[in-house]
Amino acid sequence: MYRYDQYDQAMVEARVEEFRDQARRRLEGKLSEDQFKPLRLMNGLYLQLHAYMLRVAIPYGTLNSRQMEALAMIAEKYDRGYGHFTTRQNIQYNWIRLEDAADALADLASVEMHAIQTSGNCIRNISSDHFAGAAADEVIDPRPYAELLRQWSSFHPEFTYLPRKFKIAVIASEKDRAAMRLHDIGIRIVRNDAGEVGAQFYAGGGMGRTPMIAPLIRDFVPIDQMITYAEAALRVYNRYGRRDNKYKARIKILVHELGAEEYIRQVEEEFAHLLSVGVEPPREELARIAAHFTDPPFADGPKTIDRSDPDFALWVDRNTHRHKHDAYVSAVISLKPVGGIPGDATADQMRIVARLAKLYSFDELRVMHTQNLLLPHVAIKDLKAVWTALDAAGLGAPNMDTIEDIIACPGLDYCSLANARSIPLAQRISERFAETGRTDVVGELKLKISGCINACGHHHAGHIGILGVDKKGVENYQLSLGGSEAEDVSLAKITGPGFDEDGVIAAVEKVTDVYLAARADGERFLDTYRRIGMEPFKEALYG
Amino acid sequence: MGNARDLGTSPDEVQFRFRDDEPVDHGTVTVDACCDQTNATAVRIEPGDDARLILPFLYRLALVEVNFPVFGDGRGYSAARILREAGFTGELRAVGDIGIDQLSHMRRCGFDSFAPDKRLDEDAARRAFATWENVYQRAADARRTIADKRHEA
Repeated sequence: MYRYDQYDQAMVEARVEEFRDQARRRLEGKLSEDQFKPLRLMNGLYLQLHAYMLRVAIPYGTLNSRQMEALAMIAEKYDRGYGHFTTRQNIQYNWIRLEDAADALADLASVEMHAIQTSGNCIRNISSDHFAGAAADEVIDPRPYAELLRQWSSFHPEFTYLPRKFKIAVIASEKDRAAMRLHDIGIRIVRNDAGEVGAQFYAGGGMGRTPMIAPLIRDFVPIDQMITYAEAALRVYNRYGRRDNKYKARIKILVHELGAEEYIRQVEEEFAHLLSVGVEPPREELARIAAHFTDPPFADGPKTIDRSDPDFALWVDRNTHRHKHDAYVSAVISLKPVGGIPGDATADQMRIVARLAKLYSFDELRVMHTQNLLLPHVAIKDLKAVWTALDAAGLGAPNMDTIEDIIACPGLDYCSLANARSIPLAQRISERFAETGRTDVVGELKLKISGCINACGHHHAGHIGILGVDKKGVENYQLSLGGSEAEDVSLAKITGPGFDEDGVIAAVEKVTDVYLAARADGERFLDTYRRIGMEPFKEALYG
Repeated sequence: MGNARDLGTSPDEVQFRFRDDEPVDHGTVTVDACCDQTNATAVRIEPGDDARLILPFLYRLALVEVNFPVFGDGRGYSAARILREAGFTGELRAVGDIGIDQLSHMRRCGFDSFAPDKRLDEDAARRAFATWENVYQRAADARRTIADKRHEA
């Protein structure tokens, strides 16, 4: 994986000192909260309901054991002994004191980490496929391209005061495990017929109150022009994205209002201009970065798994993913224990995961956008030992992509924007389905919960989505069906009037009843919904 | 300083300037007026203006002011780069709601003079201009980037 050189290290250290000075000026009253806000946001520091929240960037979700240990240390030193992994492959701490924030950033810098641009109206942390570098089905490892974009977008002088936040995802496989087309810019690294690597660009996707699926804006950008093209796409947005209304300021609104064709025309014009200016990094830089992502020394070994322990066999079936080397698998570490808080991990759990990564996964870990962790390269011969250790630490829930694997935003328990609680609902639904044994019967079912229309819990992209709203001072939950963030991307549709908390849990059960009664062989919930449509579900819910 | 001016800043209001030539002290006109008028030498770009409209007139412009009514509106950064990319070598002045923390990025985008609404602390500003010893991106300041340095022979 990527390691900082002296330049990268100096950049994060300079940023820590800059922020230390800004925080000091704020604490001394020389900066007003209004003046300080955009500066702290540029360093990932939000003011939440109860305290400051610090969001730490985990570029393209990749980290090593030393970094995970530092995250554990920060959780204990500055927070309450735990952290929360997010849908953007980051980690958030919910109880940070402003007085400590610069020290926490300095601790992060000591392990090549930072909180730069994890909030604010700038280019955010770049996300990617969590199986990058391990998946059997990828064209190439997307992370070198994501790292090139990370460096380009860090402290970009022109794009620090964009109309709104800007999220980029990079994948390199037909399968989309990063919700690529629900990003402001989605990039798929591809090979053309001549075998050359290039970047396919999508722009104008997003969730929030106006969900949009990004249209393709260019089929193939030669890889040594990728940064130039991104710069052109961003410049058009910076100049013409709406600034009169923050709810219409994302690039999706610009692309929608201009129409994709007109946006593409403007980007192409700017692209041609910027090619003549010359903003692309030297070609050798991509090669330098890529050298950090060469395969670890995989060794041949047993390819079959002893399935005599049924609990282990279930976990293998659910939580492992095919690896490009047939003596290895990628192993998902569920942060969704039944009744738990989706994405939360204690400092002790982080340390256990770090140790397992060191022992069994070439010192590599991933954060998944589903708020789970991943050991990308586990030898099949070690799988039982890994599972045994995870299980003992409460990290062995065999529920990847089941209804227990719920994505939920922090909701009203933490967030100052939320209208309703998300976490308790997620806890109750997973308990309910685990108790009744329904989880198993239903199989793959992606349930996503947001506590307000900002959609941090990705409810638009859930096979089942739940949106918490405030209805005359009472929490109310709208149910929607049929979304997907994957390569078969679609936006969920609302079923009808909302429910109270008990009601929405019952509604989720009813919806799965309809599915189980109607499903054909091998159909997932989503497939059945797409085949039979909304009506039978509505009938069961409101009929 | 007695020139009648409806808009634009006077040299007195410029707090930081990275040029050796004499500051221009002419009336500053709008982008529309600049396009209509044949003798304007100073123009002021507002956030909603298309900086490319004045590219045909750069040969006669000595000063372009870019206004930042609120610091969070970053359109002026693109305007500045577009002018420099088109070869503008005159004074490029950032005016308006400019704080310490915007200075280094503005400088990178090609601004070489600064007239903030509220005068800034001199020491803090000097530190801010020097924040980044190295930079990742190519921009209007023609600095060698980190990637350039990594790969120089």
